[in-house]
Amino acid sequence: MKKTINRRDFFKLAGLGGVVFASGLGNLSSAANKAGREGNAYDDFYFVQLSDMHWGFEGPPNPDAKGTLKKAVTAVNSLELQPDFIVFTGDLTHTTDDPKERRKRMAEFRDIVSELKVKDIRFLPGEHDASLDRGEAYQEFFGKTHYTFDHKGVHFIVLDNVSDPGAIIGEEQLQWLAADLKQLPNDAKIVVFTHRPLFDLYPQWDWATRDGAKAVELLMPHPNVTVFYGHIHQEHHHMTGHISHHAAKSLIFPLPIAGSQPKRAPLPWDPAQPYKGLGFRRVEAEVKKAEYAITEFPLSKG
Amino acid sequence: MKIKSGRFKIFILAAAVGTGLFGAFVNAQTNPTNEQVIQIVAKKFNYAPNVIMLKKDRPVVLEFTTLDVVMGFNVPDLKIRTDIIPGKVSRVHLVPDKAGTFPFVCDIFCGSGHEDMSGKIIVT
Repeated sequence: MKKTINRRDFFKLAGLGGVVFASGLGNLSSAANKAGREGNAYDDFYFVQLSDMHWGFEGPPNPDAKGTLKKAVTAVNSLELQPDFIVFTGDLTHTTDDPKERRKRMAEFRDIVSELKVKDIRFLPGEHDASLDRGEAYQEFFGKTHYTFDHKGVHFIVLDNVSDPGAIIGEEQLQWLAADLKQLPNDAKIVVFTHRPLFDLYPQWDWATRDGAKAVELLMPHPNVTVFYGHIHQEHHHMTGHISHHAAKSLIFPLPIAGSQPKRAPLPWDPAQPYKGLGFRRVEAEVKKAEYAITEFPLSKG
Repeated sequence: MKIKSGRFKIFILAAAVGTGLFGAFVNAQTNPTNEQVIQIVAKKFNYAPNVIMLKKDRPVVLEFTTLDVVMGFNVPDLKIRTDIIPGKVSRVHLVPDKAGTFPFVCDIFCGSGHEDMSGKIIVT
């Protein structure tokens, strides 16, 4: 299905729930502004990124732990124009040492997100889902932990940097990545989804992938690569050479800025501003120019 | 802080999976006689002790054991890491040559409290 979104529609959509951030990859803003001024429409698509739901978590950092994911489902379903697909970038469930309970949480999570209007849903695991059993339970419910798919001229690569509890991608998967990239034209438009950052954001808090640099090295020859990830429960943007990396907020609790406090403990729930720091992201792609608009949607205003 | 050529001199990173014998051999060849020995016990989900006090320029060997599952010990600022394997002793030899506080973390996902497994090395 071909969709056309003009600038007016874009800003209308962006107003949903209150936008806290809207930017692209530098040149996108000017392109968007130009299109807005001239009233141009362009052929594009968008997807929604949801991350770090931690279904099963209970505790003071989010007294509405069982409600936040459902609110996000409702919010996405209320988008006037539905996204082409939705991607969950890991930590669908919160860790439990009990394999039976782990599967129960995954089943509950799957049931809740089945309420999404959009049925093209892509999943990837987080360490909370997969590290204790190397992805065994996750694969029973959500399929492969690393795979590729293509959508409207963009090649999407899902990398698994969590099933190995040592936070590595591993040589076998890196070889798979290299073989996949080898088939692509050099200027292919590539989007990578991971859970952990591929770069050393803050290894002191385990915010890194130990062999992530090897994946980045494989991606480097391609000029059009963007990485979206989760794990750190906050918005963050980083460049490794020409490759941009964008972290999404969580749907369970925000984490502090790297190194801003002694421990990586969740930021406390603020009853005066419930859902502060939580939200979801819509990513817009203009295929012809391989540009992306990223819009953060908080679950609360203010 | 870099291995051998850096401001910290690290002699051995032993006890990686499958390298126990090699580590023990190299350890015997290079272990300075005046090393301070500090034993650290890992258990879900903390290290004991989780604050390690070291003296600048004094050689030290950190000896790790775990009481339950596989853990990691990673000090990113010092470029030190080792696995801690049940039933084995993991050793890290180093000579701190600068003062400071250096956080460490478990980087092998070990369970529901993994995020709490952290500590710091303080060199004075």
